[in-house]
Amino acid sequence: MTLTEKLRERISRAFYNHGLLCASYPIPIILFTGLCILACCYPLLKLPLPGTGPVEYSTPVKDYSPPSPDVGLQQGDLSERPDWYVGAPVAYIQQIFVKATVSPWQKNFLAVDVFRSPLSRVFQLVEEIRNHALRDSSGVKSLEEVCLQVTDLLPGLKKLRNLLPEHGCLLLSPGNFWQNDRERFNADPDIIKTIHQHEPKTLQTSATLKDLLFGLPGKYSGVNLYNRKRVVSYTVTLGLQQYDSRFLSSLRSRLKLLHPSPNCTLREENIVHVHFKEEIGIAELIPLVTTYIILFAYIYFSTRKIDMVKSKWGLALAAVVTVLSSLLMSVGLCTLFGLTPTLNGGEIFPYLVVVIGLENVLVLTKSVVSTPVDLEVKLRIAQGMQNDLSGVVLLGLVSCLQEFCLFAVVGLVSDFFLQMFFFTTVLSIDIRRMELADLNKRLPAEACMPPAKPVSRSQRYERQPAMRPATPHTITLQPSSFRNLRLPKRLRVIYFFARTRLAQRLIMAGTVIWIGILVYTDPAGLRTYLTSQVTEQSPLGEAGLPPMPVPGGVLPAGDPKIDLSVFPSDPIQLSENQTQQREQKSGLESLTEVTWGPEDEEIWRKLSFRHWPSLFSYYNITLAKRYISILPAIPVTLYLNPQEALEVRHPQEANRYHPFLSPSSGKLGAEAQPDQASSKLQGHQDVTLYKVAALGLASGIILVLLLFCLYRVFCPKNYGQNGLSHSRRKRGDLPCDDYGYSPPETEIVPLVLRGHLMDIECLASDGMLLVSCCLVGQIRVWDAQTGDCLTVIPKPRLRRDSSGIFDYQESWDHSPDGKNGLDDSFENSHQLKRMLSPPQPLLFCDQPDLTSLIDTNFSERVKVAESETRLRAVGSRQKETGYDFSSLVGKAYEEHSTSSCGNLAGLPAPSLGDESFTGFDKSSPLPSWGGDLESSVWSLDLQGNLIVAGRSNGKLEVRSEARRQPGRCRSCSAGPLLTRLRLSLRIVAARLNGSLDFFSLETHTSLNHLQFRGAPSRSSIPSSPVFSSSDVIVCQLTHTVSCAHQKPITALKAAAGRLVTGSQDHTLRVFRLEDSCCLFTLQGHSGAITAVYIDQVGCTQEQQPLQAPAEPPVPPEGPSWGPLLLCTWRS
Amino acid sequence: MAENDAMPTLPKKCGPYISSVTSRGMNLVIRGIVLFFIGVFLALVLNLLQIQRNVTLFPPDVITSIFSSAWWVPPCCGTASAVIGLLYPCMDRHLGEPHKFKREWSSVMRCVAVFVGINHASAKVNFANNIQLSLTLAALSIGLWWTFDRSRSGFGLGIGIAFLATLVSQLLVYNGVYQYTSPDFLYVRSWLPCIFFAGGITMGNIGRQLAMVSLEQGVSCLLVKVLIYMSFLPSYIPTSYLSCGCR
Repeated sequence: MTLTEKLRERISRAFYNHGLLCASYPIPIILFTGLCILACCYPLLKLPLPGTGPVEYSTPVKDYSPPSPDVGLQQGDLSERPDWYVGAPVAYIQQIFVKATVSPWQKNFLAVDVFRSPLSRVFQLVEEIRNHALRDSSGVKSLEEVCLQVTDLLPGLKKLRNLLPEHGCLLLSPGNFWQNDRERFNADPDIIKTIHQHEPKTLQTSATLKDLLFGLPGKYSGVNLYNRKRVVSYTVTLGLQQYDSRFLSSLRSRLKLLHPSPNCTLREENIVHVHFKEEIGIAELIPLVTTYIILFAYIYFSTRKIDMVKSKWGLALAAVVTVLSSLLMSVGLCTLFGLTPTLNGGEIFPYLVVVIGLENVLVLTKSVVSTPVDLEVKLRIAQGMQNDLSGVVLLGLVSCLQEFCLFAVVGLVSDFFLQMFFFTTVLSIDIRRMELADLNKRLPAEACMPPAKPVSRSQRYERQPAMRPATPHTITLQPSSFRNLRLPKRLRVIYFFARTRLAQRLIMAGTVIWIGILVYTDPAGLRTYLTSQVTEQSPLGEAGLPPMPVPGGVLPAGDPKIDLSVFPSDPIQLSENQTQQREQKSGLESLTEVTWGPEDEEIWRKLSFRHWPSLFSYYNITLAKRYISILPAIPVTLYLNPQEALEVRHPQEANRYHPFLSPSSGKLGAEAQPDQASSKLQGHQDVTLYKVAALGLASGIILVLLLFCLYRVFCPKNYGQNGLSHSRRKRGDLPCDDYGYSPPETEIVPLVLRGHLMDIECLASDGMLLVSCCLVGQIRVWDAQTGDCLTVIPKPRLRRDSSGIFDYQESWDHSPDGKNGLDDSFENSHQLKRMLSPPQPLLFCDQPDLTSLIDTNFSERVKVAESETRLRAVGSRQKETGYDFSSLVGKAYEEHSTSSCGNLAGLPAPSLGDESFTGFDKSSPLPSWGGDLESSVWSLDLQGNLIVAGRSNGKLEVRSEARRQPGRCRSCSAGPLLTRLRLSLRIVAARLNGSLDFFSLETHTSLNHLQFRGAPSRSSIPSSPVFSSSDVIVCQLTHTVSCAHQKPITALKAAAGRLVTGSQDHTLRVFRLEDSCCLFTLQGHSGAITAVYIDQVGCTQEQQPLQAPAEPPVPPEGPSWGPLLLCTWRS
Repeated sequence: MAENDAMPTLPKKCGPYISSVTSRGMNLVIRGIVLFFIGVFLALVLNLLQIQRNVTLFPPDVITSIFSSAWWVPPCCGTASAVIGLLYPCMDRHLGEPHKFKREWSSVMRCVAVFVGINHASAKVNFANNIQLSLTLAALSIGLWWTFDRSRSGFGLGIGIAFLATLVSQLLVYNGVYQYTSPDFLYVRSWLPCIFFAGGITMGNIGRQLAMVSLEQGVSCLLVKVLIYMSFLPSYIPTSYLSCGCR
């Protein structure tokens, strides 16, 4: 034994034990796995959610210089800098953060006064900034030289043309609403309207114009009518092209000098660089959505392959969960070890699933399911795992990226882990459930189970939730059937393994080779990458982990200070009442203090993270994969005295706005306005929240509906399409063996024969051909092997319009029943008969005339018999004649049962019908037209290429049916009320009234036939090509047993020259076929006979189970009869 | 039973074959339509994959850019995919060796997914040079064939399709109908034949699977299927790559 073999054996042993363990303790293992997943996913919390959030990096302002564009020069502090921090930023953003208030506040001021005069100061401020220039020894440096020069707006933004700067410095302030024109501002009667005129009405996804110009989120600006703090904030945003520290510091100091902010505590140490990732737009989403659609389709089709488990969908869900959580785990582990996957997880997930995911799960399931059912579940799982060992270990993966490779390795490990622990356990639970539910159902009573077994099984069912190890439970099976079933399945599984593994190994080898080539040819990229990875992973580099990306606007949680101010509006609202009271107490005037708190620090963080990208995109500058540097804001505090506020007040405003908290409406306003204010404020957030929630809900519902529709649309079509090999079938339809173990789905493809319009009434088959008849009366002949519809015999009504000329070729298509020349000739006789026939007591009034046709003369019969011998009767004789019809056609004799049941009280006038037959020396078939339109086929039988159909009007139709060519209606012999026909070399027709008719079939060569008949008109009976063109089939009534049974005959079987009939009168009779002589009458059943079976030896067994519910079945009698009959017949 | 009513008028010689013949013709047409729409759909989608590499950050008209490439690309792709999808089963039939390898929808789904993945990789992965990219894609395409097809006839036909399509695109570029951003193989990208090959294999896979769907179903049945297939069987048309780089 070589080393590899030993290893292999050991591994397989280990897998066996592992499978045993998983199946024994499912729930603890699942819990353990869940904990593992959660633990591994924990690092994910630090990742930005969709992977598109901006990433920040801070450098101190002191000694700041733009990073050089060359990577190589920065080796020193490489570990600290993100790799995107290379080259100059797109722009430096300098914000001048203004807080302004009117102080002291007077009670008679209007609400609009809160922000009108503060806003009016923006023009002055902007002028100061714009005109600032640094004068030093090197000359004069103005803002124009350092600022970011912007050009045209995008053509699509005509609306904003007057509001955003063009052809000049990127300098944004609220003054842009009025084109930086103080006069316009003063003339503006409604500031709020001006500001909000460009606000989108719908859900806000990106930065609005108000946000852009104010430079801070709208709710912090304080520009509204219900601003209780009476502090207005806005920023002047300045985009700079170059970083000129001296210029900036001079600007800062000058502004601070002009507008001192005594209590400002803003820190000014750090420049924050914000790197923006590539935006995911609609264009990018479409391929992604497509891949996900493919993924779902793949999952759907894959789950259909799983068979022999309790719930396919549950297992499929488990498979998806396995793969998904393995993805999450691997991302989490990668993050933990410092490999930040830059690949968008959502993008590679579908490929990961498709390439590795479900297939292995399916392999696992298959190998488990293919183990013998009789083993206990634990052992089955264990054995399946053993089979699978080479399967899951060797996972190959198509990988296209260096990173993806690394990622995939981790992913595969976690996937393997999950498959080993999670999925196996779920599978064991599922299979156990199936055993309980299905095997119970499927095991028939005679599956040699000791009676105690069901009890023990139910006990086991009880025990399972309690997780006690299941007691060994074995269903003993006959080894023979068991082995038959199992071996091919095993083989197939092995083939399956072979194929899959081969492919996977090849792919893996290809990947390895490819990576090798890549390493060889591309040393720069990969090696540096790897070295960087190594340094990152080294223990010393632990501290130097790249900063966890924190998206700027979305997740401000990174900064504890900002944490405090995530919802700064709340404390304001809470303290409202107190402020109010204080104000009321303090009298007419109140001082407002502008405070600078930690919440004001880096106010831009509260902006939407798309704020800057959208601003720059207006000028056709993309920030994707680039970064901007945001300089610390310059605080500016403005105090305005009441005179200023009054001066700038617009005359119309006094009329429109109430005094702010006027004493007259103090009470009312105090109650109403806060409500309004808070509701407005909150309403804004809430509406957005609700919109998002509603959107999510709607999309969820749509998804569910979509999946449901998918299920509904796909499933019904799956039943029995032979193109789709893995159709879902009802379990009951499966050809299960006796212990309920159905062969795998791939082996059985139901052949669907479509074509019938109505319910199928009766069916007959001889192995090669299949004849079916539906309620309409249409008969179809199918090839049982291929499912082709060979022939369609439409309703017999067509026969009517046929004329007397018999066209050999045409007759089939137009009137397949064979429009014989006989029709005309018989017409007369038929009418004659009708006249002769006395009124009959009919239950069905449309059937009366037929009865006259049925019976043939008994004397005639004898004659026929003689003539028959005279004629060269080709093989309509059965075994007695010994003629082998197959020399001509195949087997020509047939066993037909035709039941046509007219519920007539009796056969009143048999004798009358005889006349018509006497006219012909041959009792050639009589087409009976009368009831044809309404008559339906009650029974069918088929043998060789002859089809016999018994119609409800009592008529019997015989056709020869060529396999490849349309058959013709050969002859029609009318028997009145036929219950059942059994034909074996002869046709036996049983009627509901208990009578039996024996017909004999003969073929004649047309030559003989003509000679015999002498009447050319009769020769027009078409001969089937199968029978050789000259052959004619003639059906003759040979015997009639008028009262074979007292009650309707329900069962009829013929074999070996004997005919057994069963009737509702609790008796069976055995007739001899040749002479219709009743040999035996079998009594003993206590109910109506429903089925009769004769085996070839001649043993009969009667059962009466289903349709005689009143009478209990008599099982002992059946067996007891068998030997009796056998003895009798042999004697 | 449309066939039933029509049957009596047909000459007798056709006999029992009539029904199957008529439905086969109908089936062919339906399959062609299905494949055509699959082709058009994937042409649009995979086109986007190529375009979006250069898409601006906030294009005001993202949706229009889907249709901004030449209008004739999707119909061409659709037609090509229909031809390929019908050609494969037809060839199988004529060669008398029906394709039995992994004939199931889940395999087809995987094939399509892998193919889209190949396109995704070619669009997203930044390789050092074009040779590497082409070699990688070639290896992946061969892997696709080995994994899902594995028939010599399929391989041959795929090669033929790739050759023909590359020739056509060369001619088109030569005549200035469109152009590639950075041609490195005469006038086109060197990985183009690989993509064409993979697309041919994929469409052939779909076509073969479609051909296995029972012919006996009614037309309405199949039309319902058409809709389902359209939404769930996105596959790929090789010619969608024609529009790559055409601006």
